[in-house]
Amino acid sequence: MRRKSMLAALASTALVATSALAEDVTLTVESWRNDDLTLWQEKIIPAFEAAHPGIKVKFTPSAPTEYNAVLNSKLDAGSAGDLITCRPFDASLALFDAGHLADLDDMEAMGNFSDVAKSAWQTDDGSASFCVPMASVIHGFIYNKDAFEELGLEVPTTEDEFFAALETIKEDGTYIPMAMGTNDQWEAATMGYNNIGPNYWKGEEGRKALIAGEQKLTDEQWVAPFETLAKWADYLGDGFEAQTYPDSQNIFTLGRAAIYPAGSWEISGFNAQADFEMGAFKPPVKAAGDTCYISDHTDIGIGMNASTEHPEAAKAFLSWVASPEFASIFGNALPGFFPLSNAPVEMSDPLAKEFVSWRGECESTIRSTYQILSRGTPNLENETWGASAAAIKGTDTPEALAEKLQSGLANWYAPQQ
Amino acid sequence: MQLPRLRWHIAVFLAPAVLIYSTVMIFPLFNTLRLALYAEVDQGRVFVGFENFRTLFFDPIWSEQFWNALGNNFWFFLIHMLVQNPIGIALAALLSHPRLRFAALYRSAIFIPTVLSFVIVGFAWKLILSPIWGIAPSLLDAVGLKSLFAPWLGKEEYALTTLAMISVWQFVGIPMMLIYAALLSIPEDILEAGEIDGVTGLAAFWKIKLPLILPSIGIISILTFVGNFNAFDLIYAAQGALAGPDFSTDILGTFMYRTFFGFQLQLGDPHMGSAIAGAMFAIILVGVCLYLFGIQTRMRRYQL
Repeated sequence: MRRKSMLAALASTALVATSALAEDVTLTVESWRNDDLTLWQEKIIPAFEAAHPGIKVKFTPSAPTEYNAVLNSKLDAGSAGDLITCRPFDASLALFDAGHLADLDDMEAMGNFSDVAKSAWQTDDGSASFCVPMASVIHGFIYNKDAFEELGLEVPTTEDEFFAALETIKEDGTYIPMAMGTNDQWEAATMGYNNIGPNYWKGEEGRKALIAGEQKLTDEQWVAPFETLAKWADYLGDGFEAQTYPDSQNIFTLGRAAIYPAGSWEISGFNAQADFEMGAFKPPVKAAGDTCYISDHTDIGIGMNASTEHPEAAKAFLSWVASPEFASIFGNALPGFFPLSNAPVEMSDPLAKEFVSWRGECESTIRSTYQILSRGTPNLENETWGASAAAIKGTDTPEALAEKLQSGLANWYAPQQ
Repeated sequence: MQLPRLRWHIAVFLAPAVLIYSTVMIFPLFNTLRLALYAEVDQGRVFVGFENFRTLFFDPIWSEQFWNALGNNFWFFLIHMLVQNPIGIALAALLSHPRLRFAALYRSAIFIPTVLSFVIVGFAWKLILSPIWGIAPSLLDAVGLKSLFAPWLGKEEYALTTLAMISVWQFVGIPMMLIYAALLSIPEDILEAGEIDGVTGLAAFWKIKLPLILPSIGIISILTFVGNFNAFDLIYAAQGALAGPDFSTDILGTFMYRTFFGFQLQLGDPHMGSAIAGAMFAIILVGVCLYLFGIQTRMRRYQL
């Protein structure tokens, strides 16, 4: 008897609770960014909920390495959250193709983004967009301002100035000219080839032509970056062949190197580690006055679960993510991850500000290998890692490396055959 | 005529082992081999027979990687056979010397790296050999041999040999212990009999002890073979899944891992991965059979 009344009491409270919640819609966000949990809980969600009474948001991240698998099984079981953080390119495209992500083209807020920003979450023909771009990382070079001052160096803008600066630093001998190793291989491709490359292949123009099969990796503009990389070897310090990514980071933040080929994601880490002033310069152009191109690589987006029960509320959230308000919260809380919307964002971090200012001066593009071209075997992205490292080490000529990449791509990619 | 009694207790006693072994060993093994006969086409699994193996051995893109990995694997094995096992035997012979002092200390010191995790060994050696923070360059500098230092792990020509030597350093304790045990089991009176006949010192080792420990050396060789062809951890811990520089340290294990689970933008292909795992299994099986039927059965055994 006693137990029964207890149950009745429980049931009635549960009923009361649900009826009270009926007006409130709760949206759940799936994400791999568990590093950002406090940012979401303390800044993003309160700001959104204040502006949208009646919608509650829950951020439920999982570990980055498990995210894809966890998300897939949740989607298949129908238990995934209403909003889904999107990995760039093929991983999200597969979700869209399987009908898990909703088409967002009818959303007005999508007009706030450039075509480059949207390219990571579109079908190959660009006819449907399925995620709102959230953040990108920009490539360039971070330098030690104290070292530059000490040696009386100006920030280089052309390639000749760049190598002249490296030569000066080398002759002086106090600093290692540039901190990068080839042991982990990816830096050579990501911070080397795809950092300086867009200036040669003219950003989107070359990247799209490569996808369309109108240019080949053996063309002058795709081989030249390897030739430039080959010249880096003299300035990378002793034993760079066995230098790892953390080694390079430490060498630079300890003040032992003058220049660090970087991605903007390094900013918060470097701010915490380095006790000297840092500046950044964009990849040097061939001749003064040339149009500059930067790699403004799309990294995080957010989309809507196609089978969500609250499509209206979810769209309201996505529109808000596309707004300048979100961009300013996100961009300042995570310096180095830049919001992608066209609205200008005021950054407080000087280094981040420097990086993002290039968007106004240069043409943006994304890494050449990421869209479509790394779907087959051999994998172009992985091959480019090896080729870039080999170019720097001088184990093969730029032409031979480009030849190998091209024949690998032509092996499976029809437009290049 | 009486029917033989049903000896059900045999089945009962065997059942736990058979069940567990089947579920965790036999079934996964055969399922992997089965997986190698399929391919994924348009989000569905299709039976393709030996197509994956044909791709692996005859498509230049795959076969080049496969033969490279296999060649590296043989080199890795060769270094172990030429360096690890002779040193192990020599150490065991020294340790079993009756007048050696602190034998127990040496034995433990040499054996301890064996119980360390690959990750620790890989990381520690990477630091030791690092051209930037490592002690190897300064140690060589101290004896005036700085010119001999090279960033070994980053050079195509040295990386694999360096890793093989690190592995030798870690595992030299295993052959040492096995041979040590075999040497201890040689009865004193045989050696004494030899001494009376004038066979002492080194001659006693070559003429009496070595023939008696040959079966143990055979077992060690086969353990080394199986261990090396299944190796993966050290390379992965030290050089990552791409087994750099330029695949010069790629062995079958890392090749299989990369293919099966994917890497960076490369999506995993469980079917090709299983085909590589199948090839590894076949290679090890053939190697072990060659040894068992070709060498083991012909080895002379002595009644001690």
